[in-house]
Amino acid sequence: MATEGNYYVPEQSKLPLFAATGMGLAALGAGQWVQGQSPMVFVAGALVLAFTLYTWFGLVIKENRAGLASDQLKRSYVWGMTWFIFSEVMFFAAFFGALFYVRVLVLPWLAGESPNEMTNQLLWQGFETNWPLFNTPDMAINGDAAQFKGPDDIIDPWHLPLINTIILLASSVTVHFAHTAIKNENRQKFTTWLGITVALGVIFLFFQAEEYIEAYQELGLTLESGIFGTTFFMLTGFHGAHVFMGTFMLAVQLVRGFKGHFSADDQFGFEAASWYWHFVDVVWVGLFIFVYVLGS
Amino acid sequence: MAHGPAKGIGRWLFTTNHKDIGTLYLWFSFAMFLLGGFFAMVIRAELFEPGMQIVNPEFFNQMTTMHGLVMVFGAIMPAFVGLANWMIPMMIGAPDMALPRMNNLSFWILPFAFAILAATLFMEGGAPNFGWTFYAPLSTTYAPDTVNYFIFGVHIMGISSIMGSINIIATVLNMRAPGMTFMKMPLFVWTWLITAFLLIAVMPVLAGAVTMMLMDINFGTSFFNAAGGGDPVLFQHIFWFFGHPEVYIIILPAFGVISQIIPTFSRKPLFGYSSMVYATSSIAFLSFIVWAHHMFTVGMPIGGQLYFMYATMLIAVPTAAKVFNWISTMFRGSITYETPMLFSIAFVILFTIGGFTGLMLSIAPSDVQYHDSYFVVAHFHYVMVAGAVFSGTAAVYYWLPKWCGKMYDETMGKVHFWVSFIGFNITFFPQHFLGLAGMPRRYADYALQFSDWNMISSVGAFIYGASQLLFLFNVIRTIKAGKPVDDPKVWEGAEGLEWEVPTPAPYHTFSTPPDVK
Repeated sequence: MATEGNYYVPEQSKLPLFAATGMGLAALGAGQWVQGQSPMVFVAGALVLAFTLYTWFGLVIKENRAGLASDQLKRSYVWGMTWFIFSEVMFFAAFFGALFYVRVLVLPWLAGESPNEMTNQLLWQGFETNWPLFNTPDMAINGDAAQFKGPDDIIDPWHLPLINTIILLASSVTVHFAHTAIKNENRQKFTTWLGITVALGVIFLFFQAEEYIEAYQELGLTLESGIFGTTFFMLTGFHGAHVFMGTFMLAVQLVRGFKGHFSADDQFGFEAASWYWHFVDVVWVGLFIFVYVLGS
Repeated sequence: MAHGPAKGIGRWLFTTNHKDIGTLYLWFSFAMFLLGGFFAMVIRAELFEPGMQIVNPEFFNQMTTMHGLVMVFGAIMPAFVGLANWMIPMMIGAPDMALPRMNNLSFWILPFAFAILAATLFMEGGAPNFGWTFYAPLSTTYAPDTVNYFIFGVHIMGISSIMGSINIIATVLNMRAPGMTFMKMPLFVWTWLITAFLLIAVMPVLAGAVTMMLMDINFGTSFFNAAGGGDPVLFQHIFWFFGHPEVYIIILPAFGVISQIIPTFSRKPLFGYSSMVYATSSIAFLSFIVWAHHMFTVGMPIGGQLYFMYATMLIAVPTAAKVFNWISTMFRGSITYETPMLFSIAFVILFTIGGFTGLMLSIAPSDVQYHDSYFVVAHFHYVMVAGAVFSGTAAVYYWLPKWCGKMYDETMGKVHFWVSFIGFNITFFPQHFLGLAGMPRRYADYALQFSDWNMISSVGAFIYGASQLLFLFNVIRTIKAGKPVDDPKVWEGAEGLEWEVPTPAPYHTFSTPPDVK
């Protein structure tokens, strides 16, 4: 057993350079792709990155199972995950901040609230603030010729979003049950509860997709329908992407659980994924309140 | 554990050693410093005389933009990360950084990011031309197509910074030798701990800002477009919520470096150690709540202007405490003036000038006059160059003997210092006058009455630029042919764990943690 003062410093590794190459290619390729060129460079970069990360995480798991990871190294992983989640919190903070700023300040100003009377009179005459923003400033000026049109209708928070709230809150509980189970060395219960959590994550994503289809096909609510559509899809979309990531992470832990990787005192891979899951859950509560309920 | 440096290029490509990675960061940052410096020389050459001589205005805009981006993200930040990599494990008695492979990844992202950014210069439409602050709608509606490469470049740069910061925080929180309590940590470690926190807090916000740009440009969203109910000013709020902490991300490690060097050459312990820690923390906290002082002219309500004005002025208090402590450390010390000390003293004086002009700019009613003038340019170059770059230079002279076991040539060092110091002040001091007289920043041409000071400023810039080649020469000469030193302490007055390991520092230090009393 490794102890304090015998910190594992790995040998030279080719993985970081491969990961950086993948990331660099993906960034370059993404730039080409959004400009209408072929996505091939992006796909190549993403594949290199994905394969490298797969190998890298596999290596870390192998090292841990070989007993190379001291308690001190495990604390480094704990700090790493904690601060990574904090960085994600700040990423969402930027988008929530944009939503609040627009609703509280921008729209009243565009509608001529002091000290911006002239903004309204000279630029957006006839625009009135409202939320959801069905009538954009563009429509106030250009009517039907407007480039940015508001949505026809919005998602009712008390149907799919409410169901999704219950699903995600329930999944936070089930993932906690899984955690308790592995702490008690009960693998059977662990994999069952974790399996249920992953299933709930998949169901959430399914409903989210359903909601988007409804928005695009029936409600005229799209990414392009003014600032309401913008904030709605960017916030829920990034959250959905994070649910996807979280579900994937938990699914990996489930596979590891079947392989018998975890024990009562060594299950950080799972724990990290579950923290991420709780974080995604908390973000959803914020979304449900501020985007769905208070946004309708 | 005892694996030594590998042979050949593989040592640098695949390394997990904090010293190797620190060296990579430092050389990379110097390369970027020369590149960004070259852009600055183009700017100053064009501004040498009124009228258009060398470049066209479009290219001039690309130069100001690229100069800012390369210097901030490519030169200054990686330089301090390099110093952190080299010094933090040695200062706290750790065997390496907490997550050595991720450390290597953090570095190797940067060459890719800057290759993408620099490549835009040769693409159709040219490089980003909207200023390093990339305000919408210049960076969205009116941007060249290459803005997309810029956006994704910033994304991976941000990933690099966040991973680097996570590594530093994990190292400081988890890897200190027994007995190295928080209030015994060297100030450089403290300032980096707080800087890393700031980075993790605001780099994601920058990522959010460029993501919104990406969506507005390519996918029809209206974050920064009032027609859809958004607001271009929203961009500025988000950018400066990142941008203001960013300037402290740049200057706090510089404070740390100065707080190491001044005690050494004053042969006295740092005056007011704990107040330094509290001052650094206060500055970090305040940096989150003052961002809109960059935006006094956007038409903010008067209440907002007053709040951001007063909050900004508050920062002068902890900053003044720091300057007071540095001066008190020197007071009655037996001071010697080796090159690192010269740069540090220059830092204290010139940074204070930059701080005072900052205080002037914080006054909302007068800022309306100074806004986007050369006064602002002079102000932030006093903080960025005489602040961050001088302290980085001081750090290199201070620790170079420990890194390579060779002493730099003191005369050459002093020549470098004086040429830098004089060149810097000739460049930037006149820009205060230009700004107060009304010359706006970011223009390729100017009215005739600004000619004299611009010519002087350009001459200074060429002197300052040339002095950096002297720096490069000094460092290479030291490594190749410097006088060997084997005293672990190197400097008579140096204190701290990094001075207890042999000189040059062995490839692995503190494989077993030292006991700190």
